[in-house]
Amino acid sequence: MSRIDSVASSRMQNIARNPVVLALAMTLALAGCASKKNLPNSAGELGLGGSATPGSTQDFTVNVGDRIFFDTDSTSIRADAAQTLDRQAQWLQRYSNYPITIEGHADERGTREYNLALGARRAAATKEYLASRGIPASRMKTISYGKERPVAVCDDISCWSQNRRAVTVLGGAGM
Amino acid sequence: MRKCSFIRLLVVLTGLVAAFATPASAVVEININKGNVEPLPIAITDFISGDDLGAQISAVVAADLHRSGLFAPISRSAFIEKISNPDQAPRFEDWKVINAQALVTGRVSKEGDGRLRAEFRLWDTFGGSQMTGQQFYTQPENWRRVAHIIADAIYEKITGEKGYFDTRVVFVSESGPKNDRKRQLAIMDQDGYNVRMLTNSKDIVLTPRFSPSRQEITYMSFEGQQPRVYLLQLETGQREVVGNFPGMTFAPRFSPDGQRVIMSLQQEGNANIYTMDLRSRTTTRLTSTPAIDTSPSYSPDGNQIVFESDRGGRQQLYIMNADGSGQRRISFGDGSYSTPVWSPRGDLIAFTKQSGGKFSIGVMKTDGSGERILTTGFHNEGPTWAPNGRVLMFFRQNAGAGGPQLYSIDLTGYNEQLVKTPTYASDPAWSPLLE
Repeated sequence: MSRIDSVASSRMQNIARNPVVLALAMTLALAGCASKKNLPNSAGELGLGGSATPGSTQDFTVNVGDRIFFDTDSTSIRADAAQTLDRQAQWLQRYSNYPITIEGHADERGTREYNLALGARRAAATKEYLASRGIPASRMKTISYGKERPVAVCDDISCWSQNRRAVTVLGGAGM
Repeated sequence: MRKCSFIRLLVVLTGLVAAFATPASAVVEININKGNVEPLPIAITDFISGDDLGAQISAVVAADLHRSGLFAPISRSAFIEKISNPDQAPRFEDWKVINAQALVTGRVSKEGDGRLRAEFRLWDTFGGSQMTGQQFYTQPENWRRVAHIIADAIYEKITGEKGYFDTRVVFVSESGPKNDRKRQLAIMDQDGYNVRMLTNSKDIVLTPRFSPSRQEITYMSFEGQQPRVYLLQLETGQREVVGNFPGMTFAPRFSPDGQRVIMSLQQEGNANIYTMDLRSRTTTRLTSTPAIDTSPSYSPDGNQIVFESDRGGRQQLYIMNADGSGQRRISFGDGSYSTPVWSPRGDLIAFTKQSGGKFSIGVMKTDGSGERILTTGFHNEGPTWAPNGRVLMFFRQNAGAGGPQLYSIDLTGYNEQLVKTPTYASDPAWSPLLE
């Protein structure tokens, strides 16, 4: 299992490389209130993002993306998640005053105690990835909420996939 | 009694001298190992009293026996003889005619010191004899408990097995919408009465479990955003953190002697099983793998521990010796297995099984053979054993809106019953019997 994961994650890093550059460019552009058309990952977000103060929690949540998602029973960082985490790392290095809490969550399709551990594993994998992108481990705390704090509440895959998540919270654990 | 129980009930138990000394007959009995048994018709008369209490106690006794699935209380309207003196033998013919195989009579009275005196007699109608007679003294507010003790005595006399009605259940009371669920620890009688909240709803609380003495609960709380295992004294409400571990602790249970708490410690992506001795405060690490090892549960003799681990890929059940040696996998079926709980009789392990998108409650022998699924559906989780090892309780979440509820089911897979609670409820844990 770990061998497959490392192959997959090195591929993700390659895929992620380009978007990182673009995301960085986007962040800088926003900070300068410049034009923001035709950048990837931003079209739906810019309406709100335009009003977020650069460096604010809202800026992080809306323009960078505060959460990543996982496959069922998996703690591997997916390619789309790696892009988000790369953007997070860029932003967190620029605004280095925030302490960080990474919350790990599981969907409801598991038992309570196992899901507490699974959420912790997801938070740990996220922390490890951010550390590999230059965020000091000492700046990051983790907490697992298992399946106890879903954000989406329907009974099918569309909700479960939103609940299998790790959320990077600035300041401390909250919601 | 050695220690007083946490509800400060003093039950004085004496054998009632039989009005006339006929030996107990073996005519009335239930073999509860047969599975779907035909419930035994039993007549439970209103206990004689100057007020409603006699009828109330009889009703609780009848409800307990009915819920067990082993007894069929006969409607009062069918009764022919009106019992006016429970010290006298009944007219057995009148009870045989309505096919009452057993008959319960009794009396409730107030003592001069304000205590309640409750006495009952169990009659074998076809044998024409008294099977047992007992009396109890208690404070009037404990009348439901006395009724449960009487139901236990009847159950035990007729089935030959210990009863489980004078027991309580701790659970997580859940209210509010799914994405903002409030959770509180709660305790109730096994029949769903006398619900009392043990914590407020400020912090997430999970997985409460009784100590063998029934006086303490160990559970997990997110208090202060630090998820950890706690102890709660039921009598005083006093709480304390269990140990000083460098990470989240969860999935706690007591050892059968009550001297240790066993639990998981999470460190980064890795969960291992530890014990903490409650007197010396020393901790011992029992597993050491890069996997998730959790949900430990002791065998009743304390020599072995069953737990779940995903060290082989998916969650499966493993057994180890109490010192962590001899770890071996026991579950090999399709799907994944979790939340193992060792039966109080020692012969079976109950579990949650996930397979084909369904969640089931099942049991298997301690060597992993003889797997039996008792109930299956969208989501069933977290079995707990009645202290006689005959009945299991678990929680069920149906698809759609709403929250989890508690259910009980016979070991044979029959007689599934909703346990009514005032709020949604999960994580039930059955108390032991006192004795």
